[in-house]
Amino acid sequence: MKALQFERKPLKYVAGYLAGSIVPGRGARYGPLRLADLDPPELPGPGWHTIRPRLAGICGSDLSTIDGHASRYFEPIVSFPFVPGHEVVADTDDGARVVVEPVLGCVARGIDPVCPSCARGDLGGCERLAFGAIEPGLQTGFCCETGGGWSTFMVAHESQLHAVPDGMSDEAAVMVEPTACAVHAALRARVDEGDLVAVIGAGTLGLLTIAALRRFTPAGRIVAAAKHPEQRRLATDLGADTVCEPGELPRLVRRLTGSLAYRDQLTGGADAVVDCVGSDESITEALSIVRPRGRVTLVGMPASVRLNLTTLWHRETELAGAYAYGTETLADGTRRRTFDLAFELVQEARLERLVTASYRLAEHREAIEHAAAAGRRGAVKIVFDLRSEKERNR
Amino acid sequence: MPRPGFVLDVDRNTPPTLFWRGDGFSLEKLPAGRSRIVYPAEALPAIKDIDTAIREALLHPVDSDPLPALLFPGMKLTIAFDDVSLPLPKMRRPDLRQRIIEAVLDLAAAAGVDDVHIIAALALHRRMTEAELRHVVGDRVYDAFAPRGLLYNHDAEDPEGMAFLGTTPHGEEVEINRRAAESDLLVYVNINLVAMDGGWKSTATGLASYRSVRHHHNVDTMRHSKSFMDQHRSELHSSNWRMGKVIRDAGVKIFQIETTLNTDTFPSPFEFLAKREWEWTARDRALYVATEKSLRFVPNRVRRNIFQGMEAPHNMTSVQAGEVEAVHRITTENVYRQQLVPVEGQTDILTIGIPYLCPYNVHSIMNPILVMCTGLGYFFNMYRGKPLVREGGVVILTHPTPWEFHPVHHPSYIDFFEQVLADTTDPKEIEAKYEKSFAEDEWYRHLYRTSYAYHGVHPFYMWYWGSHGMQHCGRVIIVGGDVKAVRRLGFTPASTLDDALELAADVVGRQPTITHLHNPPLVMADVS
Repeated sequence: MKALQFERKPLKYVAGYLAGSIVPGRGARYGPLRLADLDPPELPGPGWHTIRPRLAGICGSDLSTIDGHASRYFEPIVSFPFVPGHEVVADTDDGARVVVEPVLGCVARGIDPVCPSCARGDLGGCERLAFGAIEPGLQTGFCCETGGGWSTFMVAHESQLHAVPDGMSDEAAVMVEPTACAVHAALRARVDEGDLVAVIGAGTLGLLTIAALRRFTPAGRIVAAAKHPEQRRLATDLGADTVCEPGELPRLVRRLTGSLAYRDQLTGGADAVVDCVGSDESITEALSIVRPRGRVTLVGMPASVRLNLTTLWHRETELAGAYAYGTETLADGTRRRTFDLAFELVQEARLERLVTASYRLAEHREAIEHAAAAGRRGAVKIVFDLRSEKERNR
Repeated sequence: MPRPGFVLDVDRNTPPTLFWRGDGFSLEKLPAGRSRIVYPAEALPAIKDIDTAIREALLHPVDSDPLPALLFPGMKLTIAFDDVSLPLPKMRRPDLRQRIIEAVLDLAAAAGVDDVHIIAALALHRRMTEAELRHVVGDRVYDAFAPRGLLYNHDAEDPEGMAFLGTTPHGEEVEINRRAAESDLLVYVNINLVAMDGGWKSTATGLASYRSVRHHHNVDTMRHSKSFMDQHRSELHSSNWRMGKVIRDAGVKIFQIETTLNTDTFPSPFEFLAKREWEWTARDRALYVATEKSLRFVPNRVRRNIFQGMEAPHNMTSVQAGEVEAVHRITTENVYRQQLVPVEGQTDILTIGIPYLCPYNVHSIMNPILVMCTGLGYFFNMYRGKPLVREGGVVILTHPTPWEFHPVHHPSYIDFFEQVLADTTDPKEIEAKYEKSFAEDEWYRHLYRTSYAYHGVHPFYMWYWGSHGMQHCGRVIIVGGDVKAVRRLGFTPASTLDDALELAADVVGRQPTITHLHNPPLVMADVS
């Protein structure tokens, strides 16, 4: 089969890191990612199926890995070499289309009884990611045994598969996984009726989070900082009431909340801030514009950052992470699987329009560079299109 | 004998014309045969013995008892004076206000008056710094009054410091500085740079609060002031005069002192900026080239400091004192005598070079909103009769229009530019949707009262100031401006004057008439 494989090669890793530091996405040219002919992954056990990816998205975490910026925190829960790609819509052997829920939790790992998190349905919080019947891997796309979406074949456990409704396009289906992340993040932000919510960043995750906040929370006003014109247009279209440029957000929040200020620190601020960037600057800004006892939710993967947490201590700010998905409790108390909510949101908000460009595996360098510069180039989600790959259709 | 202002028809032999471009300038060739240039008059003769003239005005006022007759022991005397926004550029020391205030204080001392307050009548402008106050009133007055809290900036947001005097028949609330309102005599010291200044506006605006000012600083008033330099057709003027009647009827006794200036605007070595280009000497040309070239290589901050440090050799052409309206009639005549130039007919395109300075960026940055206000608010309105440009015509401004704001002086401007103009540039919509929230914003109020910030509502007034011009013109083009900033203003950017004229062709055709307002020194067109 044809696949993009990420190997553990320290020198290549350094080269990728250096290249990616100069030009984002350039790690694809010089790093440990290669296009290879591989044997299809074997089925790890009962309940596993071979599937053939149709579309597979390029996520921010993939870019971070390729450019060598991912945290070493992940080392114990990743196994090499792996085939990236966890935003996947695929065909099963019996011709059905499925979306993969990529977290490799206890059920997929054959662990019984399951861990407390999995028992609660909080798949993203699985406590056994490096244990069980398969090799370590927090998700499909980071595990050496399962393969990933950037290939013509991969394997997935039946617990990971969600049938794609008839009439839903592949482009819509490939948006379900990132949308599930956004839905979870929006609900993690614990927004109350009428709250002012500020969203920092309007890449794929930022835009989807805005849509999820509007659809699944009682947020009052949603304001967002977006760097590029197309992002601003989409942010407004997906539910943001006011969209500004990144440097303008503190002043916008100050004025909307009638806050005073001590230098860059607002005295009041937004009720909730959702950071979809995950940099030192964005988290610092989030802490400076959230009201005392407000909540900052980190959706963008932060890696290593330097922060002054005095404001967090002094103003009793809640700082929460939001990773993946599982089961959500909605405002009316009902419990729903995040993926089910994501399917709804993708269809209602027509999120397939966020898929801007597709590439073949052979064009992976261009694809990854496009994804790394998506905002600047007026794009949102870049995907690999496997549907016409020869190896897949033999 | 100074030569009057005049209109030059541009022909093939006309040398390139000076256009201001903020902290710089350029020479531009206007199309021959259909362009004309409105040049200001040369400076009128100055009064030689200023102190004597001032004393004479105080002792022989118009429609009023002499000042000494109004002063008595035990009285409350308040002297209010125009703030840092006048004159432009700032005046060489001693400032006229210092000379007048010292003369008034001499008479007050002679009359045994010892309860004297001196107030900078800044309305909703930023507070003046100590250095600025010293420059205006002089060290002697400053040191005698400021340390004892008797010389200070007007605070329009001090609830205890304002007095409500009544309402005009039009429902306009009149609220002015309490100390001024409750004094036995208010002496107002004015410098009249343009015809709009002075009269009842000095008190009814300069010492007022937002509650009061909002009644005439609004879109309707501005759109019905054609122009606000023409008192007979200015709703701004009418509103202030109605308020003045309320002030007078409330028993506030005012002794108004007004002065006018000639057009000696630029100190050495920049006098050539006020000359007609064909009269430039070799030295003038060399100075122009040297200045223009060297300014290009100087960092923004340094260039700004060079220009903002300029002190004008303004000379006084008249001083009159007494009853407000009677005094102001004479003042206005004197302003017109210096600035008014007869112009025959309107034009398709009006070009205006925007200089580095307007009333609201003294020691500060000419931000994009102020560029708009200077062009469409001030210079567009420098007319009597009809606007220089025909309805539906094009105004071309030249200015770098940087996306840059003074963070201390203009905090609400930044938010206005980022948040309000990103939503809409329609003055009426802006007024309805945003004005109140900015005017009542606690943070802006705090900065206005304790720092050196313009009031939160001030950028709105700048925008309204240009609303008549915006409504009148078919297109506004800014040459050489930051493209993003110009677009945010709702205007069209152009890189060169030729490009701008090309762009204007869509609106006014291929062979439009063009008029350039050669300004500053200030010139006002009397359009027939």
